[in-house]
Amino acid sequence: MSNKLIDFQNISKTYGMQTVLDDFNLYIRENEFLTLLGPSGCGKTTTLRILGGFETPDAGRVIFDGKDITDLPPNKRQLNTVFQKYALFTHMTIAENIAFGLKIKNKSKQYIHDKIKYALKLVNLDGYENRMPDSLSGGQQQRIAIARAIVNEPKVLLLDEPLGALDLKLRQDMQYELIRLKNELGITFLYVTHDQEEALTMSDTIVVMNQGYIQQIGTPEMIYNEPENAFVADFIGESNIISATMVEDRLVKILGVNFPCVDEGFGQNKPVDVVIRPEDIDLLKPGEGSIDGVVTHLIFKGVHYEMEVMANNYEWLVHSTDMFPVGTQVSIHVDPFDIQIMKKPESEDEEAVNIEE
Amino acid sequence: MKSKRLLAGPYLFWSVSFVIIPLLVIVYYAFTSDGGTFTLANLSQITTPENLKALGISLLLSFISTLVCLILAYPLAMILSQKQVNQTSFIVLIFILPMWMNFLLRTMAWQTLLEKNGVINSILGFLHLPALEIINTPYAIILGMVYNFLPFMVLPIYNVLIKIDPNVLNAARDLGANPVQTFLKVTFPLSIPGVISGITMVFVPALTTFVISDLLGGGKILLIGNVIEQSFKQNSNWHVGSGLSLVLMIFIIASMALVAKYDKGEGGTAF
Ligand SMILES: Nc1ncnc2c1ncn2[C@@H]1O[C@H](COP(=O)(O)OP(=O)(O)O)[C@@H](O)[C@H]1O
Ligand SMILES: [Mg+2]
Repeated sequence: MSNKLIDFQNISKTYGMQTVLDDFNLYIRENEFLTLLGPSGCGKTTTLRILGGFETPDAGRVIFDGKDITDLPPNKRQLNTVFQKYALFTHMTIAENIAFGLKIKNKSKQYIHDKIKYALKLVNLDGYENRMPDSLSGGQQQRIAIARAIVNEPKVLLLDEPLGALDLKLRQDMQYELIRLKNELGITFLYVTHDQEEALTMSDTIVVMNQGYIQQIGTPEMIYNEPENAFVADFIGESNIISATMVEDRLVKILGVNFPCVDEGFGQNKPVDVVIRPEDIDLLKPGEGSIDGVVTHLIFKGVHYEMEVMANNYEWLVHSTDMFPVGTQVSIHVDPFDIQIMKKPESEDEEAVNIEE
Repeated sequence: MKSKRLLAGPYLFWSVSFVIIPLLVIVYYAFTSDGGTFTLANLSQITTPENLKALGISLLLSFISTLVCLILAYPLAMILSQKQVNQTSFIVLIFILPMWMNFLLRTMAWQTLLEKNGVINSILGFLHLPALEIINTPYAIILGMVYNFLPFMVLPIYNVLIKIDPNVLNAARDLGANPVQTFLKVTFPLSIPGVISGITMVFVPALTTFVISDLLGGGKILLIGNVIEQSFKQNSNWHVGSGLSLVLMIFIIASMALVAKYDKGEGGTAF
């Protein structure tokens, strides 16, 4: 995981009046599972299409394995795409679908035959050679689309929300399948999704995007535990995002109450945003914690209870395995390392601005 | 359920009175002689040398016309299908506009254009170019057929092409196919149902037309349609006309069955 396999350099793309990507920079290392994560319409597919060769950037270069491929047509690029809605060839059998790329490259009959067998085994669909795509379920079609791509031994596999059309159970199974595939094949994955859980489960690196700008790049743990701004915190999982004041290093005033924390370097008496994950809040007896309040909502979620606690005019979202009925007087406690401090954006616009890498 | 079935009433009435009954009448006339006795003589009229020749020319000219239509229509449909939607509707409109004019008028217009001293030859003469002498030849008939039936080839092909998911074509490119390979291996096979509908919709009217050959062939070239028309109108022999019609119908049904069978083999769904 060292050298840059793919390097987007200063990519810009505009459709009519709409700027989708503006001076976009990102590199992907060899064997990395990198996920572009962001809300619908933030430019994920556009980024993928530029790498696949289906879209030409207005400015900037795409470097692949040290070579500039910006002007190369899709069929000359050593990467393969798994499209959002499978895009199988409905007039061909499964075997013909998988053989498509190999036949174009004039591989021998024996080689193609072996590859089809191998790929179908890999995606757990042995024996489906002579079926037509229409006779397969969505999950099966998606696996064929993956098989069709990987038999070409691409250096990079691009996947555009490949699990988007599947139901929850199947989606979770496929997530494990993809991780397994990645480990078995040792190729680089560029994955696109708007589903934060999917991104957290599978990725080595997550790139959080909003309106064409990168918000944060990091490992799933970093993105979840140390979101760099309110957008990331809000997008990744549920959280309490509260305006606060950084009194001094390692002390933050939240809703008028001083909380010890572990962050430094924000200056004195500076406005900040704090993020506190619902599962990081402990509910104690009144008077024992930092802020007293009362439970206003209670929902059983299976693994935990979800509660809302009204304290100092703020509805705190709390996840706990202990149950506190509505009306219970409680006190909120947060450990210092569970408080994540973020620089406040100076204006609304800045919320969508490119961060420094 | 019952009330829904009633809704089919008007259509049933229509098809019984204007399709099924006339068809039965034709079958009756085809198999009877003037005196009303059963005979196969009307059907075997097709084997007279003149009628066989007319059928042969009809098959040949409609085959050529269908082929020319296909060659012209496919690229046109492809260009149309790749345009943006609003742009397309305008282009499609321009293209369909002539269809709103009466078929007879359009064909007569060609007659005027192609005549020995017609518009085209006047212009050619003015430019000191040799005159075009295709009026009253099979070429003029092919021209008339292609001109009149081309839209029926373009539209079904256009309809299947716009339904192809662009990502399916992208997938082909992604897997290493160049644009020509993508067309041959993906676009064209996926469009076969439209091509077959187009062929049907051009070949059948071309095979049975008598107006185009009347106007542009100058009555010198008899198509099977003209023969049938003459038996009904000039000779007032409904029996022979019906017999020939029936034979022609069998020809059409047989060729469509052939096409449908081929289509099934390809996994398409034109019918
Ligand atoms: N071909 C196109 N023409 C015009 N606008 C487009 C086109 N493709 C994408 N867009 C616009 O660009 C923005 C980003 O799209 P996309 O990259 O598909 O987002 P995402 O995949 O993150 O949902 C969207 O607002 C979309 O409407
Ligand atoms: Mg998308």
